[in-house]
Amino acid sequence: MDALILTITTLLKIVLVLVPLILCVAYLTLAERKVIGSMQVRVGPNRVGFKGLGQPFADVFKLLFKEVIVPTNASRFLFLTAPILSLAPALAAWAVIPFADGWQLADINAGLLYVLAMTSLGVYGVIIAGWASNSKYAFLGAMRSAAQIVAYEIAMGFALIGVLMMAGSLNLGDIVRAQAGGLFSWYLFPLLPLAVVYFISGVAETNRAPFDVAEGESEIVAGFHVDYSGFGFALFFLAEYANMIMIAALASIMFLGGWLSPIDGVGDGIHWFLLKTAAMLFMFLWLRATFPRYRYDQIMRLGWKVFIPVTIVWIAVIGFAIYFEVGPWFSTVRSGGI
Amino acid sequence: MTFELFVFYFFAAIMVFAAARVITAKNPVHAALFLVLTFFTCAGIWLLLEAEFLAITLVLVYVGAVMVLFLFVVMMLDVNVVPLREGFVAYLPVGILVGLIMLLEMVFLLTQKYFRAEQFPVPARAPADAMGNTESLGRLLYSEYLFQFEIAAIILLVAIVAAIALTMRRRPHTKYQKPAQQIDVRKQDRLRIVKMPAEKRTS
Repeated sequence: MDALILTITTLLKIVLVLVPLILCVAYLTLAERKVIGSMQVRVGPNRVGFKGLGQPFADVFKLLFKEVIVPTNASRFLFLTAPILSLAPALAAWAVIPFADGWQLADINAGLLYVLAMTSLGVYGVIIAGWASNSKYAFLGAMRSAAQIVAYEIAMGFALIGVLMMAGSLNLGDIVRAQAGGLFSWYLFPLLPLAVVYFISGVAETNRAPFDVAEGESEIVAGFHVDYSGFGFALFFLAEYANMIMIAALASIMFLGGWLSPIDGVGDGIHWFLLKTAAMLFMFLWLRATFPRYRYDQIMRLGWKVFIPVTIVWIAVIGFAIYFEVGPWFSTVRSGGI
Repeated sequence: MTFELFVFYFFAAIMVFAAARVITAKNPVHAALFLVLTFFTCAGIWLLLEAEFLAITLVLVYVGAVMVLFLFVVMMLDVNVVPLREGFVAYLPVGILVGLIMLLEMVFLLTQKYFRAEQFPVPARAPADAMGNTESLGRLLYSEYLFQFEIAAIILLVAIVAAIALTMRRRPHTKYQKPAQQIDVRKQDRLRIVKMPAEKRTS
């Protein structure tokens, strides 16, 4: 009986996380078009509903009613599984995100590792879609994406190692609690290079502009999802935006103190977490409206030759700073008591 | 049947099926994907054993990175399956022999008294507030086994250097981009403004 109640409450909690998340995804697409529109002195969508607020639903219904086409000689099973494989890890990673103190689905010790593992699985959707479509363009997109994600995942992992060293824990809730004490104890300041590397790698991991060579509509039409129509395409879209929100939420947890308010102890709560995440999401859109697409070899150079050395150097710096208890940030780091 | 047992059998069944398909699938890409599935379900079983660090690392390293590169290569190869199957009958006796020897070795080892199930009682469940798997592993690695750990690290480093040295070759015609030089460029180096007197329109 207890097991049954536990299952039902857990399922309810999952619904409580996923439904707002999917609504956020829907309105993020609208926000993106509006923000980029106003940055390019346009209006953006404003026809459906009040000021265009119905636009996401119009898009969803349009995609739902479109025919799902499977190309000839495509590997049918894999072709249809690929969108699910790209969406599922994007949603599963939300299990360990703390929205406010104690508000998380699974409060596990290895939370950070779990998030890294789940985000690293997302690449399979792209690779399988590219291969199963039986199309040269899709295949090129998959190859580019595989190389890019493997390159940037290392930089991302190293950037998070710095956070680990400061917080002394893999538990996401503990990482936020370790940043308590107002604006200047957030890890953004002592770990500034890592925060920058993390965010840019996150943009690359989610295949967003200016790192969207996997889609690259000017060279390879739409890359890995060129052969997808209807809801297969919609699922890829959903996964991309869910991943964006994920990276933004993680950045606000790791470097911006999650649910903590900038003034110590005044009005902590979920609103700060949402505000910080929204600010990071705005950065995503801003980047897209500002920069032209990177060339493939430049992406590789940035990942391997700039970001990874920067993170390694900064990890060494943090190590020395913690060992010699350099103030103001590193003198209070708990040494773990080994 | 407890829920835990059900989860174990569920993962184990998928794992055995996927492992069998790795060697029977005709298409090498399908085989590689079944290997991914095998790793993933194996991670699930390790989670049941409370080995969360190993389980997540398996997913992170093998599924998330190694198999991606593997798939990368397998997809690029245009493997023709038919010639691969030609020698099947010819190699069958050797294969059966090797398989039998391995099976015998395993049976021999597992029926010895040191490895019987009685020797391994069900481990006591760690209390919920105990030190996590990751933390205990870290403490052991960086204290008691530090020397071995560092030797492993040096071996890995040598392997990285060797792998890069083996594949690095300078091709004379390759053009490299030098970002430092590109940034150093100044307006005076590239741009020349020419003053010209205006000319009358001839029409």
